[in-house]
Amino acid sequence: MDFGFTVAAYAVATVLFVLSLGGLSGQESAKRAIWYGIAGMAIAVLATMAGPGSGLWGLTLVLIAIGGVVGWQLATRVKMTQMPELVAFMHSLVGLAAVLVGFNAHLEIGRVAAAFAEGGLPFPQPVGLMSVPAYELWQSLTNFAMIIGKKTAVEVTILRIELMIGIWIGAVTFTGSIIAYGKLAGKVDTSARQLPGGHMLNAGAAVLSVIFAGLYLAYAESAGASIFMLLVLTALALFIGYHLIMGIGGADMPVVVSMLNSYSGWAAAAIGFSLGNELLIVVGALVGSSGAILSYIMCKAMNRSFISVILGGFGGASGPQMEVEGEQVAIDAGGVAAALNEADSVIIVPGYGMAVAQAQQTVSELTRKLRAAGKNVRFAIHPVAGRLPGHMNVLLAEARVPYDIVLEMDEINDDFPDTDVVIVIGSNDIVNPAAQEDPNSPIAGMPVLEVWKAKQVFVSKRGQGTGYSGIENPLFYKDNTRMFYGDAKASVDQLLPMID
Amino acid sequence: MKIGALQEIKPGEARVALTPDSATQIQKLGHECFVQSGAGVAAGFNDETYANAGVTVVKDAAALIDAVDVVIKVREPELEEVQRLKKGQTLISFFWPAQNEEMLAAARDQGATAIAMDMVPRISRAQKMDALSSMANIAGYRAVIEAGNNFGRFFTGQVTAAGKVPPARVLIVGAGVAGLAAIGTSTSLGAITMAFDVRPEVAEQIESMGAEFVFLDFEETQDGAATGGYAAPSSPEFREKQLEKFRELAPDVDIVITTALIPGRPAPKLWTEDMVQMMKPGSVIVDLAAEKGGNCDLTVPDERLVTENGVIIIGYTDFPSRMATQSSTLYATNIRHMLHDLTPAKDGIINHNMEDDVIRGATVTHEGAITFPPPPPKVKAIAAKPKEKVKELTPEEKRANEVAAFKAQTRNQVILLAVGSALVLSVGLVAPEAFMRNFIIFVLAVFVGFQVIWKVSHSLHTPLMAVTNAISSIIIVGALLQIGSSSMLITLLAALALLMAAVNIFGGFMVTRRMLAMFQKS
Repeated sequence: MDFGFTVAAYAVATVLFVLSLGGLSGQESAKRAIWYGIAGMAIAVLATMAGPGSGLWGLTLVLIAIGGVVGWQLATRVKMTQMPELVAFMHSLVGLAAVLVGFNAHLEIGRVAAAFAEGGLPFPQPVGLMSVPAYELWQSLTNFAMIIGKKTAVEVTILRIELMIGIWIGAVTFTGSIIAYGKLAGKVDTSARQLPGGHMLNAGAAVLSVIFAGLYLAYAESAGASIFMLLVLTALALFIGYHLIMGIGGADMPVVVSMLNSYSGWAAAAIGFSLGNELLIVVGALVGSSGAILSYIMCKAMNRSFISVILGGFGGASGPQMEVEGEQVAIDAGGVAAALNEADSVIIVPGYGMAVAQAQQTVSELTRKLRAAGKNVRFAIHPVAGRLPGHMNVLLAEARVPYDIVLEMDEINDDFPDTDVVIVIGSNDIVNPAAQEDPNSPIAGMPVLEVWKAKQVFVSKRGQGTGYSGIENPLFYKDNTRMFYGDAKASVDQLLPMID
Repeated sequence: MKIGALQEIKPGEARVALTPDSATQIQKLGHECFVQSGAGVAAGFNDETYANAGVTVVKDAAALIDAVDVVIKVREPELEEVQRLKKGQTLISFFWPAQNEEMLAAARDQGATAIAMDMVPRISRAQKMDALSSMANIAGYRAVIEAGNNFGRFFTGQVTAAGKVPPARVLIVGAGVAGLAAIGTSTSLGAITMAFDVRPEVAEQIESMGAEFVFLDFEETQDGAATGGYAAPSSPEFREKQLEKFRELAPDVDIVITTALIPGRPAPKLWTEDMVQMMKPGSVIVDLAAEKGGNCDLTVPDERLVTENGVIIIGYTDFPSRMATQSSTLYATNIRHMLHDLTPAKDGIINHNMEDDVIRGATVTHEGAITFPPPPPKVKAIAAKPKEKVKELTPEEKRANEVAAFKAQTRNQVILLAVGSALVLSVGLVAPEAFMRNFIIFVLAVFVGFQVIWKVSHSLHTPLMAVTNAISSIIIVGALLQIGSSSMLITLLAALALLMAAVNIFGGFMVTRRMLAMFQKS
């Protein structure tokens, strides 16, 4: 089939992808939107296979089938609490694929150049009509090589720049995602760690990358030298990806994951440029901008600039932090149960601790019991609760908590003063009043859930430690706060039989 | 240390600063307790019960003051008591240092340390020794009981075989501790209770006790938190408005209990003569502010009088003393807490720590110097009042704001567009046409992405990430285009890329589907 058909199919696929992303504005429409995405992907793949240039259908189908089985297994086996790890892991695949495709583009250029050289013809072709022998040689090339063959010198240089960008971003995404995966899965230390030299190493690697990119263009004629430069460039990018994410603490993972998501999109777009494939450009740009917006939303929710998250650590505080007075008062399950039995309105604030303890099912059971007793039970979700944007929503949904009682910060923050009991399960910084009360606190100005305004607050927590940010939480010392120490799941399990 | 309680000199004062119970507790702090013989009789504690609690009974005041290191009593000391104090001795009692400068000077001259229970700062930590509140609580309760004693009808409304009884209507002016206690007592007796206070933030407390807040529509309002939770004098306009409201209520109410006091000033006149005249015969006014001149024009301190139109006005000043057992128990506990704070090591040695906010605030003379008034406490009295309500904007202001915001938005957009276009154009100057075609597509796609993603709801961010992840495996198209190459190496690399992208496509979409299927409505 001819190229026109493929392009038309790409247009259809693009529209489907846009609809698929747009459909995520609501829970119900999202269920439809996912099918648009699947259809778009199927059309894109089929059209490319049917279009000019692709071959080895058999191998292609076999590979897709194998990949499908592996992907299917991953998707069905993963626990909802492991979702952040899975997403990070899959980003790394996209990054690596982009690197490989980029290298292929480079090799293809070399092959075309060699073919032209063999025929005693100049490559790239001078501007203007091709000579007859050149045209014949060009005719004998296959798909992607054909595109390269008719490019002018400037275009070939741009092509090389594009593929370098694609490879570079792809490589950063690859190692970055692997490290993010490791941190989320607990296989790598979650605290911010950097090699001696810190950000200077990153900056140095970035400068070296630019130098080697220049060298690559300068030595483009020599196959051996250019592939060496490209490999060095890739190694530098791999290092940057590794070191950048190692330097970011566990609490910032929501931003990191969405940032890597964005990178994988930009990598695809850059590769699209070098292959001259519109579909890749469009979809890559869609994914890239979506990840960028998500990162922005996350940063805003933490009142931090994107730069400060990427550079790791918190911005400098301007003075000594307020001293916390008072003591943490502990309470046992009986006390919490008694308060819950008396309460009319209850708000539950889940955090990463709930995910770690796998307590969402038990929390859901508690919710069901309280609701059956006619109490108004709601969930308050901070935008950065958990390790992935929207992490808590997914966990609660898995545990069959109806989504209409799961509310965002802005929707529920004004209701705390009228609430009898707030249960904070495994969250810390997102309910820290220091953000509002202490201008010297590192998290000053970060929007937080104002749980302390409720009549009573119970905090389920493993021990007396500080949160991921290492900040003391005055909430725990307030008069209306009681600490309910212990593993979140065990604690809520203890509560369940006492609720009537 | 030796702690000793004096008998009150003032006639009619039945309270005592030490009870057998509190003595037992004080002994646990390592102190010895003494009491003047007969000090507790009026409050229901005879010498024998004290002796049983291990308290040494001393026969007269002079002997007691001579024997002890710390003298405790209830009422402010009289000159003869102060003059008996020795150098270094401590006196703990009510003192009213602002109104009692003479006594303050006398205590200083004696070299004694005086701790005024009425000066304990109003902070959470010091609530356990806030004797003013515990006495006010009793006064509020007793005021309602006295009113009931003088009122010829039921408090609660009843429908009986002998006819219908309307409920009493009670108005309580001033919702401090006494006012709130009165509200609680009155509502639990079944009366229809209304309450008024100049501090609008107490409306919630009033309503929580079951009374109706008498709402005054006036702009200038008081912030109680700034004055340590007490009321401050109000402006003449406000007062007028307030009296007008009271005049409106006067013919309907049966019982008025006034508790309005401003620290360090005579009580404000809130219930004027004409209001008394408007009231029905048999109505009762209990003026808890009588000692400071009374809130009612006609109040005579320590008297119960009946006006010509049959309204009974009670101006007793000794409500707590009228319930001496209860008030002594509470006051003795306040004293005990004060001693507890003064004896941090529980070793019977008083450590008068002037760095401590509470002790510093309550100490009025110390080591031969007057230490009143105290510096402001380091901890602010009451939680700052909730954020000011956002001022309601007039429609014109709103419109102006909207216009301004719209203009700013337009300006930002125009600047962004101009900069963006300039960038694109400058790229276009150097880049070849083929590149620019792709570039335009790219820019448009980024733009569409931005427009679409803003609308995605927060709760679906995880599915969004999974979907974009799946979609980003569109890189498979690149691999597909390359796999057919005649070079083995390229085919191999492309095959690898293809495989990984395929994993991603299936994994990404599947997992998104799984997640979305879980979202359910209740």
